[in-house]
Amino acid sequence: MRSFTYERAASPAAAAASVAARPGAKFIAGGTNLLDLMKLEIETPVHLVDVQDIGLDAVEDTEEGGLRIGTLVSNTALSAHPRVRRDYAVLTRAIQAGASGQLRNKATTGGNLLQRTRCSYFYDTNMPCNKRDPGSGCAGINGHSRQLGVIGTSDACIATYPGDMAVAMRVLDARVETMRPDGQARSIPLGEFHRLWGDTPHVETVLQPGEIITHVVLPPPPPGQHFYEKVRDRASYAFALVSVAAVIAPDGTGRVAFGGVAPRPWRVAAADAALPQGAGAVIAAAFADARPTEDNRFKIKLAERTLAGVLSQVRS
Amino acid sequence: MKFDSPAGDNLFDRARIVGKSTPRIDGARKVTGTAPYAYERHDVAAGQAYGWIVGSAIAKGRIVSMDLAEARAAPGVIAIVAATEHEPVGSSDFNFAPLFGGREVSHYHQAIACVVAETFEQARAAAGLIRTRYESADGAFDLKAAKPGAPIAMERGEPARSSVGDFDGAFAGSAVTVDETYTTPDEAHAMMEPHATIAAWDGDALTVWTSNQMVEWGRQALASILRMDADKIRVDSPFIGGGFGGKLFVRADAVMAALAAKAAKRPVKLALQRPLMFNNTTHRHATIQRVRIGADRDGRIAAMGHECWSGNITGEGPEDGTLQTPKLYAGAGRMTACYIAQLDLPEGNAMRAPGETPGHMALEVAMDELAEKLGIDPVELRIANDVKDRIPGGEQTKISDRHLTRCLREGAERFGWSKRSARPASRRNGRYLTGMGVAAGYRAAPARTSAARVGIDDAGRISVATDMTDIGTGSYTIIAQTAAECMGVPLDDVTVHLGDSRFPVSAGSGGQWGAASATAGVYAACVNLREAIAQKLGYDAARAEFADGRISGGGRSSALREAGAMSVDGEMSFGKFKQEYDIGTYAGHFVEVDVDVFTGEIRIRRMLAVCDAGRILNPLSARSQVIGGMVMAAGAALTEHLVVDKRFGFFANHDLAQYEVPVHADIPPQEVVFLDTLDPIISPLKAKGVGELGICGVGAAIANAAYNATGVRVRDYPLTLDKYLDRLPAV
Ligand SMILES: Cc1cc2nc3c(=O)[nH]c(=O)nc-3n(C[C@H](O)[C@H](O)[C@H](O)COP(=O)(O)OP(=O)(O)OC[C@H]3O[C@@H](n4cnc5c(N)ncnc54)[C@H](O)[C@@H]3O)c2cc1C
Ligand code: SF4
Repeated sequence: MRSFTYERAASPAAAAASVAARPGAKFIAGGTNLLDLMKLEIETPVHLVDVQDIGLDAVEDTEEGGLRIGTLVSNTALSAHPRVRRDYAVLTRAIQAGASGQLRNKATTGGNLLQRTRCSYFYDTNMPCNKRDPGSGCAGINGHSRQLGVIGTSDACIATYPGDMAVAMRVLDARVETMRPDGQARSIPLGEFHRLWGDTPHVETVLQPGEIITHVVLPPPPPGQHFYEKVRDRASYAFALVSVAAVIAPDGTGRVAFGGVAPRPWRVAAADAALPQGAGAVIAAAFADARPTEDNRFKIKLAERTLAGVLSQVRS
Repeated sequence: MKFDSPAGDNLFDRARIVGKSTPRIDGARKVTGTAPYAYERHDVAAGQAYGWIVGSAIAKGRIVSMDLAEARAAPGVIAIVAATEHEPVGSSDFNFAPLFGGREVSHYHQAIACVVAETFEQARAAAGLIRTRYESADGAFDLKAAKPGAPIAMERGEPARSSVGDFDGAFAGSAVTVDETYTTPDEAHAMMEPHATIAAWDGDALTVWTSNQMVEWGRQALASILRMDADKIRVDSPFIGGGFGGKLFVRADAVMAALAAKAAKRPVKLALQRPLMFNNTTHRHATIQRVRIGADRDGRIAAMGHECWSGNITGEGPEDGTLQTPKLYAGAGRMTACYIAQLDLPEGNAMRAPGETPGHMALEVAMDELAEKLGIDPVELRIANDVKDRIPGGEQTKISDRHLTRCLREGAERFGWSKRSARPASRRNGRYLTGMGVAAGYRAAPARTSAARVGIDDAGRISVATDMTDIGTGSYTIIAQTAAECMGVPLDDVTVHLGDSRFPVSAGSGGQWGAASATAGVYAACVNLREAIAQKLGYDAARAEFADGRISGGGRSSALREAGAMSVDGEMSFGKFKQEYDIGTYAGHFVEVDVDVFTGEIRIRRMLAVCDAGRILNPLSARSQVIGGMVMAAGAALTEHLVVDKRFGFFANHDLAQYEVPVHADIPPQEVVFLDTLDPIISPLKAKGVGELGICGVGAAIANAAYNATGVRVRDYPLTLDKYLDRLPAV
């Protein structure tokens, strides 16, 4: 770990200004991802701006009947929130399928959206990795890629966004609210928040330098049954090989997003539309352009069977 | 004392303390954080500086240069020991790849430098500033590719093969045959406590406070690696947070701490960083195993062939998966052979039941396959072919005490085996396919020379000191039980000191020999102390009774404390007569699994082990050993897999996030039953080890249950869902 300086910001605007003012500065929230990466020198920020004192730790009802979640709301608090449990069960299930109790106590909403990939080579600074060290190459593509992405990837990087919470938020049509260093707020649909890797896999979101996440906003809950099915080798405490977040109405229509397969929670309009035709049709639409490796080709079949398992539980 | 004939009736047959379930006497220290583990021994040497080990970034080749200037100038840095500036360390009998190699790199993450600084953070930060240039060389990293030319392995100077009768003829003439190949991957010990050492020099004398299973091996190895006199080295390892064979030998932590302390002129403490452990230390090597079994239509085995291929660095031994095969099943024609390919991966070495763990995972699945072909229940097939009373061929033809058939029968009864459907994929429970599996387990029960010192103080309290280790197994407790039993004092009146090389040399902890050997050594010392006390107080030691803190005989009785403070050494060695016997431990393992019909996820629902291991010294801690073995086997069967990157020549998933050991949610209720048996050939206590028995066979029972559930036979471990998906029923 490199040495760094540290400050605690008092407001979102002050935090954003501080990070923008110092090249190489970063926000830190729960620290559960960033600190690990710093210890391994995968991330080497020169300055940390701690956001824990900026407020934004409440879940509020919106006028439209949705929820506005402050970035500092912990994963534990969010998953246990009465309205989330009642109206957005897919989100509670997704969060509780992730990490461990201790980690969820520390992990924040904004930090969770920005957690970085779990590719083996990203984690080993001796290895070429375009995401960690732009231009160095990608050891993942012909390497140990069982956990890596099958779609939305590129010749520069085939890693995934590994998290669970955002997959549920994606089917809920969440928006990410931010504040830029100049004090301007903006609202970004979650579906546009994570970038596909392209030639620049080190640029993972549309956030600009110093832009801070303030809230995640959920529209009113969609009608239907909520599912989050996470598949992994061991029964707990592992990232998804594949996960399926779905909200399905009694008539079989609904929404579905997949985790563990792509640089972002993977949701495709045509796949949503195919839900009444069953899992095969959904997968055909969602994974039409898949480019799996030999190691992770199984993920497509797994996604299909996992979705079939979900659809088998739908009450009509 | 020499154990040179079978044990007769003795004091342990009337035991009041040995054999009773006894909570760990060190438990309170462990749960209150006062049991001193290596890295936390802040009090043993003043002025401890922190070390950080740098591992090689390449698997094979040379270090061209190391630029240390920036690191040396970094805040807090006291010293740097670097491969380019230091002569290579010596070798030892306990490792082949040098623990600090000079410029030649023989495996990934081999230690190439150690940075010492005032704080841990400073050492770590400075290590990141070292710039190393390498010249990579090609290496062999692919076992499958190296297999065709692999020569027969050598074990104790002999080719590792065996043959009885005419295997080829018997196999060719068998009505029903199985001929299948199984693979097991490289695995990591992944113990909780990393290898850690504090080293301090006093002139030319070195003390290492470390975490090591075999204190005397460690002392000898350090002497030879550091080219110094073993008498100048003290190794102290009283508490160990797990080893599983990964701490049988000193590793880079001890060597680098010693060199760093010399360079820094201060005590240095360091621990192997977790991401380094998987490639820096030893691992269980991958195997490819071909099993051929031939039987007649009634299920009598006529031919049993087991061949095993593994790879290792030059000079190091194989993972011999054939070990248990001649011991388990009868059959006139037999052959085993163990081949070793030369690979440039990190050094493979012992991990819990080396050889037998992966060996059972092949053999005991092949037996399941044979049972199915024959249409015979797999429990009955095993019982029908149980070697029972004489092992054909080899020197050890007699069997000491063996109740494998009882293990299987009793296990089947308790587990409700009769409810198993012989037809695979025929039991459904909601979204799960349900199945049961069985496997037999065999693990040898060695015993080795072991010594101890036993003393009594003015208050009549007994103390035991031996360099025996407790790697979480419960050695402290069984040693205290043994001494309390022998001296006739309550357990609370015994204190036990372990793991210090200043104490008499014990067998140490490995190969499940620790419990049997160390308690025998303590018994020998207690016999000597009883004699000394009897003599002092004027009793005939041979006839005196030791009970309730008193010695009595000849119509009178004295308190032991009247003898005054004294202490004696004793050693148990084991006579030649044992070599005529095969001394083993046996188990019947039963497992039930659910397999998610949609996703192929295998989840274990029930596990039972029925074990035969002679007298069980402490049923409570023995059970912990066995359930721990079963957990480790669950990992081996379902998730654990060091992934070889054949391009770069290393294990790519080298941390605990990616190398998946089981978590609580993976482990269902576990039941362990010990048969009430005694083995008079093993030692005066008639007790054998159980620490490795618990893992032998469990993996195969899981695999067989998964087959019974799904009808899909997967022969490549771990049994991950991707290997089932295409063959599960349509959904
Ligand atoms: C062992 C382990 C297992 C895990 N398993 C899972 C799992 O199964 N599923 C899963 O989904 N996750 C898992 N995680 C990841 C975990 O969910 C994340 O580490 C956590 O959500 C990150 O939140 P944080 O607040 O600690 O973020 P931090 O580590 O503080 O920050 C993460 C990133 O977000 C940035 N950031 C934080 N807040 C803001 C803000 N307001 N605006 C802009 N940028 C910000 C930081 O600069 C940093 O780059 C696991 C983590 C660990 C360590
Ligand atoms: S897949 Fe992406 S994260 Fe992994 S090595 Fe390649 S560039 Fe790096």
